[in-house]
Amino acid sequence: MNRQLTSDGYLRHLLTLDGLPRATLIKILDTAESFMDVGEREVKKVPLLRGKSIFNLFFEPSTRTRTTFEIAAKRLSADVVNLNIATSSQSKGETILDTVDNLAAMHADMFIVRHAQSGAAHLIAGHVAPHISVVNAGDGRHAHPTQGLLDMFTIRRYKGAFHNLTVAIVGDVLHSRVARSQIHALTTLGVPEVRVIAPKTLLPTGVEQMGVKVFHDMQTGLRDCDVIIMLRLQNERMKGARLPSAQEYFKFYGLTLDKLALAKPDAIVMHPGPMNRGVEIDSEVADGAQSVILPQVTYGIAVRMAVMALLAGGVAA
Amino acid sequence: MADLLPDVDTLIAQLADAIRPGLTADTALVGIHSGGVWIAERLHQLLDVTTPLGMLSITHYRDDFSRIGLHPQVKPSRLPFEVEGRNVIVVDDVFYTGRTMRAAMHELFDYGRPALIRLAVLVDRGGHELPIRPDFTGIHLDIPPGQNLTLSRGDDGSLIMSLA
Repeated sequence: MNRQLTSDGYLRHLLTLDGLPRATLIKILDTAESFMDVGEREVKKVPLLRGKSIFNLFFEPSTRTRTTFEIAAKRLSADVVNLNIATSSQSKGETILDTVDNLAAMHADMFIVRHAQSGAAHLIAGHVAPHISVVNAGDGRHAHPTQGLLDMFTIRRYKGAFHNLTVAIVGDVLHSRVARSQIHALTTLGVPEVRVIAPKTLLPTGVEQMGVKVFHDMQTGLRDCDVIIMLRLQNERMKGARLPSAQEYFKFYGLTLDKLALAKPDAIVMHPGPMNRGVEIDSEVADGAQSVILPQVTYGIAVRMAVMALLAGGVAA
Repeated sequence: MADLLPDVDTLIAQLADAIRPGLTADTALVGIHSGGVWIAERLHQLLDVTTPLGMLSITHYRDDFSRIGLHPQVKPSRLPFEVEGRNVIVVDDVFYTGRTMRAAMHELFDYGRPALIRLAVLVDRGGHELPIRPDFTGIHLDIPPGQNLTLSRGDDGSLIMSLA
């Protein structure tokens, strides 16, 4: 059951990219393109969501995602309230749904939800009144749809199309909600070859069933790639000893200029942030000519504006 | 009814003649997507305007967003000149309620403070709902509210007015 779309194809919530039709993804990317100039104008605002109240519900820390959601909402003229739940009433024992009900009673129109538990945004989406939309800003290992979308937007901006690309996702796929969202989006948008490159201990079982090719070494995996997406080594999600050491990991899976040379000469390097320099990516690559890591952040604002505008406007794909 | 509709090329030529006397070195033409852009392109050529042509998509400024949502084909706005202090002539195909122009002015001011804004339209069809009127009008037609007057462009670039 797809809770994200209404029966007539309108975007109702954005919870995961899994199962979203290609037309909806393209619609979001095109709408984001239309918002690109707003950030470069004298007045960096359009009046689209004037009078709407958007609540950033972050049950887990985040800088980039929360900030870009906040900027995106403000550029749409919405009123934004940021709640850092770790330091509020949840710590006094209130349940998530009680928190949500209380905020809904303050006339919320949209919740942006980040939570360490997979499925938290779905739970809230299933609970709220019909006029309220929910955007998943990352839930556990499950999904981070706006990150996946901004990555697709970045790829389309630099490569123009999806149908002729080889894309490699490198690193801690096991713990990465970003990787899952990227894989769903890449396959839906028709990328013919999506690769994952990681040691066996950092890959979920059955990852091949998501439509990806699995590689365990960079030398073969990076060959002829158009796009390389590096994932953060998620120390805080590591349970037990999956890796000998960060140094060892860098030696085999860290992206250096030498390894980057195996990909196509015009390959772009992406990273969702925050980066561990010298662990999954070398500074020479992160700050190098092929890195599009900072443009990703800028595009994230336009993409989040598009998602919020489409949700609030209720438009069929 | 179709034979009552005027020839678009003739109207554009008349509009150009009306605008010409007031042109200054820093006048900029700005078309509103889509029909207004087509007309503005023609005027830009006819009038030898040196400032690059601007295009406005008022999608993000509409007052009916909460009722009808985002327009499915959002074309980006592009104003390739400094709006601050400039003489701007906004060009649209059909002037009806005036809401499009209200949105266009709102958007223009978000790019800077123009010295003046004038409005040139091909057809003023009546039915105004706001205290906004065109400065240059190709023709006045009295079209009843239920009918839709639209401009379309053929593959060869020809512009045709139709009523449905």
